[in-house]
Amino acid sequence: MSKQKNITVKVNGNAVEFVVPAHRTLLEALRHEGFVEIKCGCEKGDCGACAVLLDGEPVDSCLTLAWHADGREVTTIKGIGQPGKADPLQKAFIETGGAQCGYCTPGMIAAAKSLLKDNPDPSLAEIKRGLSGNLCRCTGYTRIFEAVQLAARELRDEGEAA
Amino acid sequence: MLPPFDLYQPQSLADALQALAENGDMQPLAGATNLVPDLRGKRETCRNFVSLQALDDLRYIKRDGTRVTLGARTTIADILHDHGMETDAPALYAVASIFAGSMVRTAATIGGNICCGSPSADTVPALLTLDAEVTLSSTSAERTVPLDEFYIDYKKSVMRGDELLTSVSWNIPPENSANLSYKLARRKGDAITVTGVAVLIAAQDGVCSRARIALGSVGPTIFRAKAAEAMLTGKALDEDIIEQAARAAADQSSPIDDIRASAGYRLQTAFSLTRRLLTQAWKQLA
Repeated sequence: MSKQKNITVKVNGNAVEFVVPAHRTLLEALRHEGFVEIKCGCEKGDCGACAVLLDGEPVDSCLTLAWHADGREVTTIKGIGQPGKADPLQKAFIETGGAQCGYCTPGMIAAAKSLLKDNPDPSLAEIKRGLSGNLCRCTGYTRIFEAVQLAARELRDEGEAA
Repeated sequence: MLPPFDLYQPQSLADALQALAENGDMQPLAGATNLVPDLRGKRETCRNFVSLQALDDLRYIKRDGTRVTLGARTTIADILHDHGMETDAPALYAVASIFAGSMVRTAATIGGNICCGSPSADTVPALLTLDAEVTLSSTSAERTVPLDEFYIDYKKSVMRGDELLTSVSWNIPPENSANLSYKLARRKGDAITVTGVAVLIAAQDGVCSRARIALGSVGPTIFRAKAAEAMLTGKALDEDIIEQAARAAADQSSPIDDIRASAGYRLQTAFSLTRRLLTQAWKQLA
């Protein structure tokens, strides 16, 4: 039981190899490799703190088996943007105060990123639905919704300018 | 940490079915959004799984005339991203949009939601109102079972250990019909259903020509309230008939007290939500 397997996951563009058993989650495997920007919350798919993009789609890394990510691409908050070249979503979270303690922010931005990719001009109801798998205990969500609206506007303006 | 388990990752459906035929203790694992929490919470005792992850031939949405078929690995997000689904299965589309949270919707599959057998499975009441059928495949045969005959008890179904649910299909609702659902829960998203109701009402010449009422989370299995359906069929609906049918639907439920709600609350909401949806459906058709 529980044999180990070599898997390769491309994390933020770089191939990462590790040896894990079937019962290791992507969250555990990546945090063990030092990707601690992925946060561990409820570990049952309720809170979204561990959300990352897997081949561009948002998943809870606590529910994803590491073996299922073999050969695929993971984007964490650091792959979405870094200081100096921040993503419009990251800038908007700073500007509106959408990040307070910051624990939910990496997952929140992963979910928001995917929402804006599918829907560049979401209504408030659509934003709420898109972020319904992400819990925040600080902000009361108002500033998070404002951040997503601000980033969406920014991205649309960029698109028009281009 | 999850308990250690074995995971076989076949590349073809044939290999998956072969493994299920040869290993009596093996269970399928698809999106794993239910299984992982159940393993972590020690509610799941199986330690030998076959992963459906690589079986892309089970992930499709097909239309053939008025028939819609979803491969079992179709995700809840796939249902939401499909352009025709809002009209081809209005109640299913509606529940998909409030199913868990967006990350779970990316991973969770329609086959998994049906097979987990939970009384609170969100897609099942909607599928029951569409008279959906499921295909069960094994190495030796394939059979089609009405979803209405699939569940036999709490988390128990007619599916054998060597079988895999490979697809679910239904006919697009008739022209003059309304297909509605309501998920009552503590929150509007990311929550487990307290009471789930779906209805389909078709009208012809001013009378109800087809009625389907399905209730979830108010009994050991999700079920169709057939006595209530029969009370509506062939009649021009009004407040009284709808009230009686909603009462009959609630009478058929057998809810329990749990951490989310009391049995009494569930009984009351089974009645009031059925009445509300039937009223809305009939008004839509008028």
